[in-house]
Amino acid sequence: MSSSTSVQTPLSVRSTDERRLPWYHLIFTGLAGLLVAVAALSIAGALSVASAILLGFVLHLLFGWTYSLVREGPRWAMDRLVTLLVIGAFAVSMFPLLSLLWSVISRGMTRVLAAKPDVLSFWTSDMSGIIGGADAGGVFHATVGTLLITLWASIISIPVGLFTAIFLVEYADQGWKRTLGKGVTFLVDVMTGIPSIVAGLFGLAVFIAFMPDQSVRMGIMGAVALSLLMIPTVVRNSEEMLRLVPMDLREAAYALGVPKWLTIVKVVLRTAIAGLTTGVTLAIARVIGETAPLLLTVGMVTSVNWDMFDGRMATLPTFINQQYRNGNANCMSETVTNPVNQEIYACSISTNIDRAWAAAFTLIVIVMVLNIAARMISHYFSPKLSR
Amino acid sequence: MSSTDVESEPSTAPPASMKTSGRRIGDSVFSYLSVGSGVLIFLTLAAVAIFLTSESMPAIIASQEFAGTAEFSLIQTALPLIFGTVLASAIALIIAIPISIGIALFISHFAPRRMAAGLGYMIDLLAAVPSVVYGLWGGLWLVPRMEPLYVFLNTYFGWIPLFGGDPTAPMRNLASASIVLAVMVLPIITAVSREVFLQTPRLQEEAALALGATRWETIKTVVLPFGRSGVVAASMLGLGRALGETMAVLMILAPGATFSLHILEVGRHNSIAANIASKQAEASGVDMSLLIFTGLVLFVLTFIINALARWIVARSGPKS
Repeated sequence: MSSSTSVQTPLSVRSTDERRLPWYHLIFTGLAGLLVAVAALSIAGALSVASAILLGFVLHLLFGWTYSLVREGPRWAMDRLVTLLVIGAFAVSMFPLLSLLWSVISRGMTRVLAAKPDVLSFWTSDMSGIIGGADAGGVFHATVGTLLITLWASIISIPVGLFTAIFLVEYADQGWKRTLGKGVTFLVDVMTGIPSIVAGLFGLAVFIAFMPDQSVRMGIMGAVALSLLMIPTVVRNSEEMLRLVPMDLREAAYALGVPKWLTIVKVVLRTAIAGLTTGVTLAIARVIGETAPLLLTVGMVTSVNWDMFDGRMATLPTFINQQYRNGNANCMSETVTNPVNQEIYACSISTNIDRAWAAAFTLIVIVMVLNIAARMISHYFSPKLSR
Repeated sequence: MSSTDVESEPSTAPPASMKTSGRRIGDSVFSYLSVGSGVLIFLTLAAVAIFLTSESMPAIIASQEFAGTAEFSLIQTALPLIFGTVLASAIALIIAIPISIGIALFISHFAPRRMAAGLGYMIDLLAAVPSVVYGLWGGLWLVPRMEPLYVFLNTYFGWIPLFGGDPTAPMRNLASASIVLAVMVLPIITAVSREVFLQTPRLQEEAALALGATRWETIKTVVLPFGRSGVVAASMLGLGRALGETMAVLMILAPGATFSLHILEVGRHNSIAANIASKQAEASGVDMSLLIFTGLVLFVLTFIINALARWIVARSGPKS
């Protein structure tokens, strides 16, 4: 695969036509493509960075292919063209990621750092009394809500998910359990694809079916909805890890007369603990950013609510959505007065949008920290198996 | 994975001692817990179907189709939403599938071995970004920047129905939503395709190379035929995700309820998920039931697609 060049070297003796071009000819054709693109676009009067890169890439494909066709023949020209296309596909996919991260970091971090009175106040203040275009407020209440709901979702999902994985790996080996195991594997796979909004509707439908008050919204409803999305992820990640535990270890334990459940707890789970932690962390990272289920089940408030079983809760994702929906604020005067504590804030038209970016920054930081933590755990703590 | 068929009941082996009964209790408790969790998965999915059905019954009973009164119609409510959902997902897939296959090939066959893992991780990062942040980015960053392209397409390719109509700024249209959806399903399709491409029999690839095939010819003759059904399944998983995605559509698309094919026009389409999310706050009673009914439709739709995709993967997957 990557050694195809060395395979080809002896063939170059055959004729001069088949000689491979050095890789750096791509730089020249690339530059030529870009230059022609810039020239053509400035003549057409539509010059911009995006259009220059786009047209430049297309021209690069054309130039690279033509040059290779002349020097190397049609087969290698096709190979070059595909290589360029494939690299282009990767570059295209990196563009939204980098652009998104850049927007979130530049706009979000600016707002976080600009918070008054001190740098942390965006994370330590809530939205009570913040009206109109007041350039104040923060996400303390939303962060608390997100962490609480995710914690409860984890409390529900991790035991269920872990035991299901244990069932699939250790118990579903024969008879009716085997059949059940196959069914569970299939359903878990299908559950992975349940739309998040359907999970939200489920959380809502379960509670309003039993509650007299149809407009009831509670943190625990959100946790139930999220665990529907979290369980399949926990099962799949844990199952994979449990299967990696060598059979020899289990057999050794059985040979020493250790009962099955103790073997699972003391040998299998202990061997796989790093992988399990990684899997669970990734599952948490996945649900912590879910928005749609929480939109339906927990609603929105402006101040902290610590009680999972009473009243609405704010969460970071729904906060982002709400602030984004509010759009630009109206600024009738220079300042806005907080009706609760009579504090006076400057008025800013873009205050809602800024808060949305800053909350998105907070959320991305949490998700990335979880992802990196998961990688580090699996990297440093996994047992070094010989496979 | 047939690693578990070997030993099933070794725990009865230990000699009788004072602890034996304690061990048996531990064993049976653990066994019940595990089997119970497995059964719980069944019950949960059943509960989703049951609760969604029971809560949407009021709307079904009161609807035009069943009660005969002309108050509202299930079909007239659901069809434009289904159309919008499917159209948005289809366009997202048309954008995402070729790019994903390209990335999967790049990571599995073109990139240097040492870089491949890191590049794969970069793609996985795309999947880690919360959907609400995609919505924010799409609505505030992408939409204004797509305007020149849309105007260009509409001016010069307006004769194609897809690009026809009368787009007006801000471009909160189906095309913008589909582009963001495409970005969101990219990592899923890429991940599954990459796995399949990597499982291509090594000997076949080397045989092709030994016959003097170029890298592209190797891929065309060996890798792609081997991975075809895997790519189909990956695309269906992506489709499942795109159909159910809420926030990107909710935050980008200006809603409408028509069967228009003009994806550049604003205020023509809406998706099931975004419709539920935008109307749920004010809805109660029969309206809420109606929303839950559309949710049930979405659930059934994605369930079928995901089940099909998994079936294809299981049928064609490697028997290791």
